[in-house]
Amino acid sequence: MAETGEQGATAVGNAQGEPILQIRGLKKHFPLTRGVVVKKQIGAVKAVDGVTFDLYRGETLGIVGESGCGKSTVAKLLMNLEQATAGEVFYKGEDITKLSGRALQAVRRNIQMVFQDPYTSLNPRMTVGDIIGEPYDIHPEVAPKGDRRKRVRELLDVVGLNPEYINRYPHQFSGGQRQRIGIARGLALRPEIIIADEPVSALDVSVQAQVVNLLAGLQREFDLSYIFIAHDLSVVRHISNRVGVMYLGRMVEIGSDEQIYEHPTHPYTQALLSAVPVPDPDGREGRERILLAGDVPSPANPPSGCRFRTRCWKAQDVCAEIEPVLEVPERYQSEPGEPAAHPSACLFPEERDIVGTAE
Amino acid sequence: MPDTPAGTPDNSGAVETESLGGPAGALASGGPHADNQPGGKERSGGSWASAWRELKFRPIFWISAVIILIVLLMAIVPGMWTSASPTAGNPSHYLGTPQLAHFFQADWFGYDQIGRSVYSRVVHGARASIIVGIFTTLGVTVAGILLGMLAGFFGGWLDAVISRLTDIVFSIPLLLGAMVMLQAFTQRTAWTVTLVLVTFGWTQITRVMRGSVITVKQADYVQAARALGAGNGRLMFKHVLPNAIAPVIVVATISLGMYISAEATLSYLGIGIQSGISWGSDISDASEQIRNAIHLLLFPAGFLSATVLAFIMLGDAVRDALDPKLR
Amino acid sequence: MSTTDTTAVGQGNTTPSGTSLLEVDDLHVEFKTRDGIVRAVNGVSYSVDSGETLAVLGESGSGKSVTAQAVMGILDMPPARIPSGEIRYRGQNLLTMSNEARRKVRGAKIAMIFQDALSSLNPVLTVGYQLSEMFRVHRGMSRKEAKARAVDLMDRVRIPAAKERVNDYPHQFSGGMRQRIMIAMALALEPDLIIADEPTTALDVTVQAQVMDLLADLQKEFHMGLILITHDLGVVADVADKIAVMYAGRIVETAPVHELYKNPAHPYTKGLLQSIPRLDQKGQELYAIKGLPPNLLNIPEGCAFNPRCPMAQEVCRHELPPLHEVTDDSGRPIAGRGSACHFWKETLHG
Repeated sequence: MAETGEQGATAVGNAQGEPILQIRGLKKHFPLTRGVVVKKQIGAVKAVDGVTFDLYRGETLGIVGESGCGKSTVAKLLMNLEQATAGEVFYKGEDITKLSGRALQAVRRNIQMVFQDPYTSLNPRMTVGDIIGEPYDIHPEVAPKGDRRKRVRELLDVVGLNPEYINRYPHQFSGGQRQRIGIARGLALRPEIIIADEPVSALDVSVQAQVVNLLAGLQREFDLSYIFIAHDLSVVRHISNRVGVMYLGRMVEIGSDEQIYEHPTHPYTQALLSAVPVPDPDGREGRERILLAGDVPSPANPPSGCRFRTRCWKAQDVCAEIEPVLEVPERYQSEPGEPAAHPSACLFPEERDIVGTAE
Repeated sequence: MPDTPAGTPDNSGAVETESLGGPAGALASGGPHADNQPGGKERSGGSWASAWRELKFRPIFWISAVIILIVLLMAIVPGMWTSASPTAGNPSHYLGTPQLAHFFQADWFGYDQIGRSVYSRVVHGARASIIVGIFTTLGVTVAGILLGMLAGFFGGWLDAVISRLTDIVFSIPLLLGAMVMLQAFTQRTAWTVTLVLVTFGWTQITRVMRGSVITVKQADYVQAARALGAGNGRLMFKHVLPNAIAPVIVVATISLGMYISAEATLSYLGIGIQSGISWGSDISDASEQIRNAIHLLLFPAGFLSATVLAFIMLGDAVRDALDPKLR
Repeated sequence: MSTTDTTAVGQGNTTPSGTSLLEVDDLHVEFKTRDGIVRAVNGVSYSVDSGETLAVLGESGSGKSVTAQAVMGILDMPPARIPSGEIRYRGQNLLTMSNEARRKVRGAKIAMIFQDALSSLNPVLTVGYQLSEMFRVHRGMSRKEAKARAVDLMDRVRIPAAKERVNDYPHQFSGGMRQRIMIAMALALEPDLIIADEPTTALDVTVQAQVMDLLADLQKEFHMGLILITHDLGVVADVADKIAVMYAGRIVETAPVHELYKNPAHPYTKGLLQSIPRLDQKGQELYAIKGLPPNLLNIPEGCAFNPRCPMAQEVCRHELPPLHEVTDDSGRPIAGRGSACHFWKETLHG
């Protein structure tokens, strides 16, 4: 299944240039065990179950999905914070899931992460200077010792904080400011890729925009590639060039932001888009609403065939038997230029305009 | 700052004030950090300085600190408190009654059955209690932090081994174990008692530390450091230890009082310190005279209780200062 | 500058005072902390009628939840203190009532739904027990009767297979289902008013929509008043009749929902609306309100929003703007609209 999926993902039309990161059939199963002394595996939570996509240089790939879809686990796998059960992650042609020691260290310099919760991602017992400077302690080759304070000050300046704050502690800052500190730490090693896991969802609305703008500005300034993981589809739309939609450990649809938001073909994407509350009571009258029944099934025991079938209004018997593949649907293959012609893992794909863009 | 957004906090004083706005904000927040208790919330993880700021305003802390300071001074420089000998008796003072107005004098707390000054014995008895209390606590804390860190941080078989061993030792009653083991020593000093109490006492802090490490290990900032490529040593000592140690300090402070009373109990039973003066053995001696000379019991027992209580109160105050949830 | 129509309106209410279901009148709440007095609520007034939904919109620290907690009487006092103000339920001041009388109102007449359903339910009791407890304690029903009512309620909030699930424990339900149970609990005693504090914030978008719909349906069915406290401009747009926007413990703007979105009369509201990314638009740079949320220990003098406001003038730094009545082009007041901005006219038309 994953093999065919690969072709689908690489076939995405509008991405230019070389992929900087290639993810192939990535899986993470957390074993469910019983027993204290003799552990017996009684099953597995399939948090990520065969995910394939590419990240191109300089782009922002948004990954959206509801809680439990595995998007955060993907981030941890890419950061090597969790060991993948199966699959490969190629960074410049090298499979980083197999690396360890010095080679892994070197790769880590180039892939950094921004965490969701600015209140828990900074060590409360360290000063801001120590937090942002820690990457240099771990990778001393990046900056000579005498140079580090200066670099930390520069980084504070880059993320829009007063360099005088270098000796303060995280608790002296507000959420938005803390997230800036987290971003500065992520930038310290001059990485090529930043994986941002819900970087603004813990922030107040008025501060979210500041941080989103900051991330966008930094991308231009430092030529960064982002994987932007979020549940907020509006924020993802704003910042992403391409978007992947995940459901229960699988990627169900992937394409350019225009393809996903204006020409979605997977029913889950359509439902997700229609559920987004729109801050305009007049604007929503023209919109279609798809109310999904029920909750997301447990990833320990996902439905057979298409995983979305239990909540899908289009589901037929065949959906329980055949697992749909993430590729450009047959009916759209003949028209490669059309925005609907993008990979979608559905047996009955159908383009539907949910957002009602005024274009 | 060419690319920083217009929203850059340009107000240089903002951080100071904002930090205080945070906790207040949290109480009204609908965000994931919503906390209905105002004040201090932002400080939850704050530096030790904020715990100190918290302590400064607690009378309980000051009362216990003063008691502990007095007992410490008794243990270190007994000569500062009394010139009377705790061992040389004068038969003419046989069971002399306390002269409560004679502050700091030999007859302040009366005399015992061989005419020794009770006041002097109380002062000199502090040393054994303090040595056993402080050094047992130091021993169990060091052992507990080390074992708890190893078990909690690495998990797996190492955790299994340490945890089972902890369970086994934990199942032996402290005093019973200590009594049995002390029988093996012919020469029993405060240091012997300390060694024995450490042998049976390390389990509690190991458990606390292990639990605390497991919690902290999962914190985002530890993950963040791991993502930067930090090694285990750095993770353990720079990130986990400073954040996991607070509950250990609380338990250690409270158990200090417990070890002092354990020493007294052992001495009372006659298997504690042989040579030297101890509140416990004095209480034991006093129990023979309980009908005609209650003061022999009251003074050492009173000092013992006050010292134990002081450490427990100190532990409570420290916990309140360190643990924002109880505030 | 407009000096002619700076008459402060008590609140832009459509209903005359005294007849509303719930009226909050010039409420102040402060918290004593070691660092000083935190002024969380500084003179808030609003009202709700039966069958009406008022959305109280604000960010963290705006005082929106504290106000609700004061209404419910679940503030911890101390450290909280209510130095002045009134909270009237059907004309009776809740703040001067006896504890006994107040308890009768709480839960039975005014019920609350919290954000975090998991921590609001007792983990060691079945949901059926927790639901039927309400009937047994307040209505003196028998165990069996109460259980039947519990199943009824679970049906009502559209929990599938309620009969089988009534003996399940909270952790056996998903987040959305747990929030439904919380709603069922709030509904149990058929209250006149429900206060929902960020009821869908912790839920996924697809589930959010379900829960919001349910809440709106039930409100219509029972003709209740609903106070919806939220930071999410999207959620508000769907269900609210009128909105009160809070900032630094004050209401800065009130308006019927359509008017607010179409034409905000306060720079803060305007900034918020501009700063949220939109699903149907792909802009270049997001508009961002500059600066930081206010520090409640030290609220800026004059208008609390002035350090962050693009329109701030000298007067904003010294003079606290009252809630001005907002008028249309011909000078007639627009029902229910108010803005606490010296330059509301410019904001409205700019």
